[in-house]
Amino acid sequence: MYRRYVLSVLVENRSGVLSRISGLITRRGFNIDSLTVAETENPAISRMTIVLHCDESVVEQMKKQLEKQVDVKEVAELVEHESVTREHVMVKVAATPENRMSVLSVAEIFRANIVDVAAEAMIIELTGESNKTEAFIETVRPFGILQVVRSGITGLERGAKVPGKDRKKEEASF
Amino acid sequence: MKKTGAQIVVECLLEQGVDTVFGYPGGQIIDVYDALYEYSDRITHILTAHEQGAAHAADGYARSTGKVGVVIATSGPGATNLVTGLATAAMDSIPMVAITGNVSAALLGKDSFQEVDIFGITAPITKYNFIVKDQSELAETLRRAFYIARSGRPGPVLVDILKNAQMGTCEFENAPPRPILPEVDHITEKDLQRAKELIEASRHPFIFAGGGVISANASEELKAFAAKIGAPVSLSMMGLGAYPAEDPHFTGMLGMHGTKVSSMAVAQCDLFIVAGARLSDRVIGKSSEFASHARILHIDIDPAEINKNIRTDGSVVGDLKVTLSRLTQIVEEADRSQWLSQIEKWKRDYPPVRERKGEITPYYLISEVAARLPEDAIICTDVGQHQIWTAQHYPFSLPRTFISSGGLGTMGFGLGAAIGSKVANPKRKVVLFTGDGSFHMNCNELITVTMQKLDITVIVLNNNVLGMVRQWQKLMFDKHYSQTTLNRKTDYVKLAEAYGGTGFVITKKEDVGPTLDKALKTKGAVVVNVAIDKDVNVLPMVPPGKAYNQQLMSIDI
Repeated sequence: MYRRYVLSVLVENRSGVLSRISGLITRRGFNIDSLTVAETENPAISRMTIVLHCDESVVEQMKKQLEKQVDVKEVAELVEHESVTREHVMVKVAATPENRMSVLSVAEIFRANIVDVAAEAMIIELTGESNKTEAFIETVRPFGILQVVRSGITGLERGAKVPGKDRKKEEASF
Repeated sequence: MKKTGAQIVVECLLEQGVDTVFGYPGGQIIDVYDALYEYSDRITHILTAHEQGAAHAADGYARSTGKVGVVIATSGPGATNLVTGLATAAMDSIPMVAITGNVSAALLGKDSFQEVDIFGITAPITKYNFIVKDQSELAETLRRAFYIARSGRPGPVLVDILKNAQMGTCEFENAPPRPILPEVDHITEKDLQRAKELIEASRHPFIFAGGGVISANASEELKAFAAKIGAPVSLSMMGLGAYPAEDPHFTGMLGMHGTKVSSMAVAQCDLFIVAGARLSDRVIGKSSEFASHARILHIDIDPAEINKNIRTDGSVVGDLKVTLSRLTQIVEEADRSQWLSQIEKWKRDYPPVRERKGEITPYYLISEVAARLPEDAIICTDVGQHQIWTAQHYPFSLPRTFISSGGLGTMGFGLGAAIGSKVANPKRKVVLFTGDGSFHMNCNELITVTMQKLDITVIVLNNNVLGMVRQWQKLMFDKHYSQTTLNRKTDYVKLAEAYGGTGFVITKKEDVGPTLDKALKTKGAVVVNVAIDKDVNVLPMVPPGKAYNQQLMSIDI
């Protein structure tokens, strides 16, 4: 079934890992919607969150290709309802003194924050699931969007389960 | 004990049991070459004419022995000249370690002389690669590189070492290499039981085995498995030698240039068992019609190969030697003699296609060579028509006797690979079948053959054209022979002599035997230029992307 998949990938925090993993994905012809990467609680390990739209056979192949990478310690799929995903967006909206109040009320409905105000524009930030961030962008679009920056999706599995702790690839001793 | 980074490199090679390396020196690898000079009583360095030749030699060394082939090159152009060799090894899962030098940390990223990002360039064509910026990381990195190259599904690993890390000193202690154990973690009872069920429910099972069988040294297990379940066996090109060609239940290759019998068997089998093969486009043809009446059981060490190109009904992931012997133990013996007799009948009814064109046919030449060589002779090829003719008609019966670039299809691979094979197997006969197109790509390595005092017989199937491309142009491009008519004026005898070797020419059928007798007894670099007709086709042929029932038995021109 063609849908959105979110993969959470634990990788060794080494130079070249990001380009290696993104290169792997693109050269096999898979299209990435978003990819985020940052250090985890263990500075030697980074977490990559990869979002893609594809069918099941493609995501299955991609998981296997990721799993066999030397730098990859764990690949988990973040399944809807069993995980929490968030995205951070900042939107620079054309907000003149005349329509500023309307923009503010939209921001309030979405519980977004105003982080910068200038004469002709304001920057609004919002964190939420991607359907919320997308709805927000669509709602402010009529005011005139000057710029949008999105962090890409990150996420965690719900509950006490910690993927990667129980099935960690054995660190080779040489 | 304190050692320089360069000394640590050589110490680590010795730890891994490496006694021979291939390479070419240069400014940013000069320290490693100084260490090689120091250790020259314990490690032999084979200097080639070009780094590409060294990479293919390391590859041939690995293919013919199963050991890790080692190639060393300098930064910049030295490193980029390894690229084709690394990609060739990666596509065919060949264990190799490439060591390159690079500029010092202080100069890195400044477009310094002979600086190139070989780490970035080779990431997609290696199993893994490293950049070593400090000598303290060197020993562990090299040990990991060897382990990665040979463990699991093998592949090439590149270690790029900055100049300062070669020069600097640090403490070093020798350590025994980490043992490489068969990969069995993913072999589950459930998967084995499923495989057993599929096999036992099958009346017409058909085995297709590939290079994985050779890589896992599992030829004996394959034979035992096929015998137990009463299944005919076909091989991919990479698998040649894994099952004896003369076996009555061997159907030959399967794929674009596979036999008619293999095509019929894959169409009529009810269970298609794939062992150590990745089912590339050259095998599948049209995926929707491939083995459409069969269930598919895939056995491979790499989980990513399962369901990659073809959906399977069962799979076992792990070392083939272990998997095949486990399956042989647990499956019930069954009488499938009717199916096997059917295969034998097809083999009688559909013998290999042999077009009669020209004075000397490729099959005649190849069989005359085969008749003069022992079973354990190592046969290398380049890429093109001569390669497939050799694969189709040479009676391979032992693993690691057919050395050829399968996945990448690298023209110019052959001579380097033959050098590596001969260096690794000095007592065995090494013959290279090549074409006039491929041979011109890297014939400079003839000087390496001479300088290293190697005995290699190069047989050029000279049809004066780029035959394989010409065949496609004939079939699909209205005979527009765009840039495939060579008619080169190269004098192969003079060429051989110029490099210190001996040349022979064969133009008449009656000269084939006597000249081969002479050539195969001649020491050193021997080139035999054999004239063949430009319009002999590689047949049968399943045109690209087509189904097996569209297999061509002739190409009319």
